[in-house]
Amino acid sequence: MTDEPLKKTPLNEVEHELGGKMIDFGGWELPVQFTSIIDEHQAVRTRAGLFDVSHMGEILVKGPDAQALLQRSTCNDVSKLEDGRAQYNGLLYPTAGFVDDILVYRMGADDYFVVVNAANTDKDFEWLRECAKGMDVDVTNASADYAQLALQGPNSEKILQPFTNIDLSKMKYYRFARGKVDGVDAIVSRTGYTGEDGFEIYVAPSEGPRIFKKLIATGNVAPCGLGARDTLRLEAKMALYGNDIDHSTTPLEADLGWIVKLEKGDFMGRDVLEREKSEGPKRKLVGFEMVDRGIARHGYPVVDGSEEIGVVTSGTHSPTLKKPIGLAYLPLDKSVPGTTFMVLIRGKEARARVVPTPFYKRK
Amino acid sequence: MTPEDSRYAKSHEYVHIEGDIGTIGITDYAQKELGDVVFVELPKVGAQLEQGDELGSIESVKAVSELFAPVSGEVVEVNEALSEKPELVNTDPYGDGWMVKVRVSTPEEADELMDAEEYEEYIEKEAGK
Repeated sequence: MTDEPLKKTPLNEVEHELGGKMIDFGGWELPVQFTSIIDEHQAVRTRAGLFDVSHMGEILVKGPDAQALLQRSTCNDVSKLEDGRAQYNGLLYPTAGFVDDILVYRMGADDYFVVVNAANTDKDFEWLRECAKGMDVDVTNASADYAQLALQGPNSEKILQPFTNIDLSKMKYYRFARGKVDGVDAIVSRTGYTGEDGFEIYVAPSEGPRIFKKLIATGNVAPCGLGARDTLRLEAKMALYGNDIDHSTTPLEADLGWIVKLEKGDFMGRDVLEREKSEGPKRKLVGFEMVDRGIARHGYPVVDGSEEIGVVTSGTHSPTLKKPIGLAYLPLDKSVPGTTFMVLIRGKEARARVVPTPFYKRK
Repeated sequence: MTPEDSRYAKSHEYVHIEGDIGTIGITDYAQKELGDVVFVELPKVGAQLEQGDELGSIESVKAVSELFAPVSGEVVEVNEALSEKPELVNTDPYGDGWMVKVRVSTPEEADELMDAEEYEEYIEKEAGK
C-alpha cells in the first residue's frame, strides 16, 4: 500500500531469534508462524501457546463523562461493568456499521482502558474524540505504552501463576487485575481470541521481550504466530475486523446480537439496530462446512445460478475438525443450519452447508 | 539440498526427467512458503498440458496457490497418496510428495528451466525482497 517501513513491536527481535516467519500484517512486521500453523494451533488447544499481540491499540478514556462517551459510541451496555471486569463491545457509526470491535476494561467509575484492533487504532481514537465533543472526558492513545502478550491454552494458569502475585485461580473469564508479572507492573485479564482458556498480559514495552522469553523458557509454551491465531479464532467463531465485520456490517448481521443492548438508551446506530431487530437483518453471518472439496476463502462469492447472493468472509482448514470451515454472509432465509449453498472457488461452484457455531467449544 | 538432477521453474515447480517421463512437484522453498499443505487438487490422467498451464492447486492452511506445468506433456500418473496425506508435500517435497508424472512432449523446454544452482540464487533473491 505504501512504502513506509514496517512497524515493529517490542517483541520483534525475539521473534526473529525464535525463527518466526515474518510477514506484513497491516503495516506491522509480525510472525505468521514459528514452526507450523497446525502444530501451533494444537499446542494452544492441548497445552499452551504464546502470542505477541503488541500491535493491538490501547486507548484510555478518563473523566466524569467517560462512561457516557462509551455508552454513546458503542452498542453494549458499559454501565453493567464493574471495576475489574472487561466487556466485548462494538464501536459503531450512526449507520450501525462497525468502526471496530473492542474490549472495554473498567479500571474505575470514570476510568476505562479500551483495547482496539491495530489497523483501526488511529481511526478509533479520532472517532472517540469526535463523539466526545462537548463532554468532560480525556481520550488518549496509549498504544505505544504497552506490549501485549496472549498466553492461551488449558495450561495457561499453571504456567503464568509462578510469575505473578495475582491469584489467577480467583480470576474468572473476562475479569482482570493489576499486579506484577515477573516483578513489573502489569494488567492481566482472563481473555483471549482463541476459544481456549488463557490470559492477556499488558506490560511496558521494555519488559515484553524478557517476559516473553521467560514464558517460552518454561518449556511448556509454544511461540505462536498470526496463522494459528486465525485458525483458532475462526473455530471459536470470533469475528475478525476487516474480514467478517467492517463499516458496512451491523452487529445484528454479524450474529452478535448479544452485544446489542437497545434498552440502555440512545447510542450510535440504535435506530438502525432497532429496525433490524424487529424486521430481521437482510443478511446474517453464518458458519459453514464444505460438502464438496476445496477451501472457500475470504471474498469468494456465494452464488445462486448466475446471481451473487452472499460472500465468504473467512475460510480455512480447521486443524481441530480436520476439514474446511468458514464464515459467510447469506440472505436470512438461507442462514438456517443444514441449508446448502454454492460458493465459487476460483470460478468453480462447490457446495457448502450452514452449520451451527461455534465450530469448536472448549470442554 | 536442492536436487541437482532436476530442473526448476520460476513459479517453484520442479521437474525430474527420466527417459520421457517427467515427475513434477513443488520445491522445498515453495512448501516452506506455503506452510501446512492440507489439500492438493490435481489433473486427471490423460490431461494434455502445455508448458505454463495451470495443472492444479495447492491449499495450505493460510493460502491457496496454483501449480503450473514446467514442461508440456500428457499426464500419465497422479500421486493418489496426496489425497489422504497432503502433508507429504511438506515432509518430502522431492520424494513422496511429488504431484504428477507427465510424458514429456517437448524435452527442450526443460533446458529453458533453471538448474539447481540457478534456482538457489533465484530464491535467495526472492527471499531478500
